[in-house]
Amino acid sequence: MTSEILAAHQIGFPILSLMLFLPLIGALAIWALDDAALAKKIATAAMAVTAALALLLWFQFQRGTASFQFTEYGEWIGPLGISYHLGVDGISLLFVILTTLLSLGMLIATWETVTTSVRQYLICLLALETTTLGVFLALDLVLFFFFWEVMLLPLFFLIKVWGGGATRDYSALKYVLYTLAGSVLMLVAIVILHLNDHAHALANGISPGRSFDLIRLVQTPLSPSLQFWVFIFFFFGFAVKGPIVPFHTWMPNVLMDGPIAVGVALAGIKLGTYGLLRFSLPLAPAASQQLATVVVALALIGVIYGAVIALMQRQVRRLVAYSSISHLGMVALGLFALNFRGLQGGLIQMINLGVSTSAFFFLIGFLEQRRRSSDLNDLGGLARQTPVLATLLLIVLLSMLGLPGTNLFIGEFLILLGAFEAHWLYATVGVIGVVLGAAYLLWWAERAIFGVVPQTAKPVADLTKRELAVVLPLVALIFWIGLYPAPFLRVINPSISAVVERLQSSVRMVDIATLAMGGSGGDEHLTPDMMTK
Amino acid sequence: MIAALAWSIPALPLAGALLNGLFGFTWLRRQSHLVAVGASGLAFAGALTLFLRLMAGEPPITLTLYEWLFGAGLHVHVGLLIDQLTAIMLMVITGVGSLIHLYSVGYMRDDPGYPRFFTYLNLVMLSMLVLVMADNYLLFFVGWEGVGLCSYLLIAFWYEKTSAAKAGTKAFVVNRIGDAGFLLGVFLIFTSFGSLDYATVLPHAGELTTATATAITLLLLVGAVGKSAQLPLYTWLPDAMEGPTPVSALIHAATMVTAGVYMVVRNHALYAMAPFSMETVAVIGAVTAIFAASIGLVQYDIKRVLAYSTVSQLGYMFMAAGLGAYAAAIFHLMTHAFFKALLFLAAGSVIHALGGEQDIRKMGGLWSKIPITAWTFLIGTIAIAGIPPLAGFWSKDEILNAALLGGHPIIWAMGLAAACMTAFYMFRLFFLTFRGESRLTHEAAHHLHESPLVMTGPLMVLALLSVIGGALPGYPSEEGWIHYFLAPVVGGGHGEEAAAGGSALFGVAASIVVALLGMSVAWLIYLRRLAWAEAGLSTFRRLHHLLLNKYWVDELYDALVVNPVKALGRVWDWFDATVIDGVVNGVGRGTGKSAALSTWFETYVIYGSLNLTGYANHLMARLLRLLQTGLVHHYAAMFFIGLFLLANLLWWMSHPDPGGDGLIVWRQAASLFDGLWHGGGS
Repeated sequence: MTSEILAAHQIGFPILSLMLFLPLIGALAIWALDDAALAKKIATAAMAVTAALALLLWFQFQRGTASFQFTEYGEWIGPLGISYHLGVDGISLLFVILTTLLSLGMLIATWETVTTSVRQYLICLLALETTTLGVFLALDLVLFFFFWEVMLLPLFFLIKVWGGGATRDYSALKYVLYTLAGSVLMLVAIVILHLNDHAHALANGISPGRSFDLIRLVQTPLSPSLQFWVFIFFFFGFAVKGPIVPFHTWMPNVLMDGPIAVGVALAGIKLGTYGLLRFSLPLAPAASQQLATVVVALALIGVIYGAVIALMQRQVRRLVAYSSISHLGMVALGLFALNFRGLQGGLIQMINLGVSTSAFFFLIGFLEQRRRSSDLNDLGGLARQTPVLATLLLIVLLSMLGLPGTNLFIGEFLILLGAFEAHWLYATVGVIGVVLGAAYLLWWAERAIFGVVPQTAKPVADLTKRELAVVLPLVALIFWIGLYPAPFLRVINPSISAVVERLQSSVRMVDIATLAMGGSGGDEHLTPDMMTK
Repeated sequence: MIAALAWSIPALPLAGALLNGLFGFTWLRRQSHLVAVGASGLAFAGALTLFLRLMAGEPPITLTLYEWLFGAGLHVHVGLLIDQLTAIMLMVITGVGSLIHLYSVGYMRDDPGYPRFFTYLNLVMLSMLVLVMADNYLLFFVGWEGVGLCSYLLIAFWYEKTSAAKAGTKAFVVNRIGDAGFLLGVFLIFTSFGSLDYATVLPHAGELTTATATAITLLLLVGAVGKSAQLPLYTWLPDAMEGPTPVSALIHAATMVTAGVYMVVRNHALYAMAPFSMETVAVIGAVTAIFAASIGLVQYDIKRVLAYSTVSQLGYMFMAAGLGAYAAAIFHLMTHAFFKALLFLAAGSVIHALGGEQDIRKMGGLWSKIPITAWTFLIGTIAIAGIPPLAGFWSKDEILNAALLGGHPIIWAMGLAAACMTAFYMFRLFFLTFRGESRLTHEAAHHLHESPLVMTGPLMVLALLSVIGGALPGYPSEEGWIHYFLAPVVGGGHGEEAAAGGSALFGVAASIVVALLGMSVAWLIYLRRLAWAEAGLSTFRRLHHLLLNKYWVDELYDALVVNPVKALGRVWDWFDATVIDGVVNGVGRGTGKSAALSTWFETYVIYGSLNLTGYANHLMARLLRLLQTGLVHHYAAMFFIGLFLLANLLWWMSHPDPGGDGLIVWRQAASLFDGLWHGGGS
């Protein structure tokens, strides 16, 4: 992760910028042309081309290296060393592809269901895609932060204007303010990193003296005490976004009140844990190790806590919210096992959750279109009434409980194995979550999918071709990753190795640092051996 | 060639399931059984070929299909291993499985879910085949949970019935508890051996410490106890009778529930390193055998009696495995598959004949009305009761012998007592169903008919197997071919009785006596002296009540586990909304009041910066004005300065910089501010 391959050398055109700005250009075009019918075409075209470029990225991506690829560099705010620096590596590539896929899915899924302010809705979706991609592509911390913050705008509007819940105003504001509060602290961490690098540059005569560049900051030595603060501040930002217990309470609100697209974006795209893997671990490796036990404890609490609460939910959107919290705890557990398998599982699981949770949320949307509710009181008998919808729901649900042969099992197995390698107790608590996962999902299925159709339910048609087009690719991915994950593992493994190396080298560095500090400061730690030196 | 044959065995039912799953309702419809039965029949042919090859002394087949998981020392392939143990399992699964497929054609004829049923049946077969053919623990686990899934789907096949849907969930979740333990065992295997392949792990089992081996084997056992419905995780199996009867025969008698036994035998090298685990396996088996049999004594549902009987018989297999008599365990697994599948299918034929009636109090006198069903059921009953020369006698006797001669008299006595109960409850079932006065309802009597050939055919084949299945190895069965055949996999395979020098006549005699005793008592009570049954009930009222209510184990689990977890869910839900979210909202309100943050935020940041609903021009003008007056600039600068002060403070705190120029921090801030001021404007 300390080297890069330029887009110019690799593919000959700035593919990442193109992907990043195509949706934005689409949004601007929709804004400029006041035509709702045309707007849909523009949005579809922009998103489809972006997705196609993402696929091109998948094929052109160089396997077997941890380098950032397709990178582009330009100065942005020179005096501060803020740059426009983009790139993907094994950690972000799958997120980028997933984002383009899900964005297209959101568009198609709500093609007919959103009828108010269609143009504005599309602008928000496109803006959401650009900002989300920006978060994954940015290699400059300020650029990253910029996208991270601006993303809140389309989300705010999507929840507030197109949400269906009664308290959507409250939810929208709560989400934005909560995330903002977390990310302000994150900004502090970024500034600390910057100043530390600046001091280091001044001391060693490195030019330019200022930088917010991830690749450079990772290489700048950072004292353990500063790492501690960097880690803590980053953690707040990412834990809120994650969400990691106890910073999760926005999620049930937002998933209840928001439109389907927001549910997919927030429950499906795991920005928080991506941030932990992308920034926290490499930038503050010693602190990550120092605080790993604390994070693992929070993660395990989240796994159990989320699952137990999910068990008692009668509203499936709330159930998904708590299930996401539980699943995210599992991801955090993997990441902070701080070994290869835990990280590998954590990363692949974020993608898996993106696929499965999104598919589930899309299906809930289709379900709500039919039953006008997703409360258990109004469900039951889906298998009789809409067998295709019921079958797909069941398949996705089985993947969410980690059935072997589906994607989440791969992630869960690697995470728990990694956790077991870190400490047997981690995995032992973790598997309780696996049991509870089966319990809350199947208990819901028993009452919603099985059983008899309630008398109040009107006869409805099964899934349409358009709806199938949204879900079937995700179902295909569920089985692909579950049965033959090799292509995905080949992409992520080198980058995971790099993170592991980074964590291990920091152990050595910390050892040296404490040794040196003991040598200069604490007399009682002096050994005869050191005296002679 | 032989490799292609090997992988086509699981591929056939996979293809069948896919075909029926995708096109069953649109295209195949009433013809979907052709695909399913064809797939399982061909798989049987393939299995037979492999079995005969191994019988002829050919070496086991290993086959690696593709790389599944990899990275940093972990390498898991999707690969198959077909050795002698697998071959026997293949024969049972595809052989008995095919017969059950065939039977289902008749049994499920009028069901609207016909294609779905055959999809699931092929899935069962696929999962079972993956389970026994896997060459590593992880792929094994795919089959292991796969059969659990199929069990779930098939128990809840008639999903509109609440009890069926509930039973499905229960089966899966209880199995999951076992699987969680199993998974931990797999982790421990990986950290101990650095591999998940049988070929690496099992030969090196001897290098384990007793403690590690005990931990691994006990964890694996947790899984086996769940899958094979042993104490304390057996409660799902009786409820599983909600599913269609062919399912009970296939999954809950012949295949899935035997997976635990297979697992223990497959890992005998690990178990051999852990005497405590062996003891535990044997004791769990013995206690389960007698416990389940005692419940079976008083049940009135024909399928539930058979379900408890299955739990009890699986107990025998565990007993055998725990005593080290692995070949005997597999032998009993095989004969049990014959006669229990037969009994379930015959029971299904009865239920079919009576239009869905399952209560034996409403049967009786069916002997001459449905003769093929009755005769085959009788054969199954004799076989399971352990009366020579039918199948059950040989295999059960071998297990009891292993206990007796291996120096486990208590386990032997428990097995003997369970055998007596088995004979009693099975003949009770037989007499109440087929003999005596007819107690049919008018409706059922009107409906009464013998099942079609497609159902009675499999019954007759299974009856034949139940007759000869046990005697196939010859006498004494301890010297039979199955032992020599399995020897390469399970070592000597004779267990401890071999060392003691063959079977003891005393043990054989005891087995026969208790079986006949159980049968005679049942005959006496339920055919000759019906009043005795009444008298017995009133004398042992409390005991009867205890057994009828299955020792209240379900109620106990509900009270100890299920309800507390649900209560916890409610409490935490409240805690989440009130306390955690209360703190969040409290902080939010506090900030909001002091700085009117939320209003400010909405007005300036959200609407002020981006107004999408038609105020674009107005907005642009306002933005431009803001820029001109420098408000945004000022605000941004203030924001950054605040943060920089905070960051610098921290920086300073963590870098005391003794003797240095403390002002450098402020100079930095100033220069940065400067940079922003000019840089940002450009």
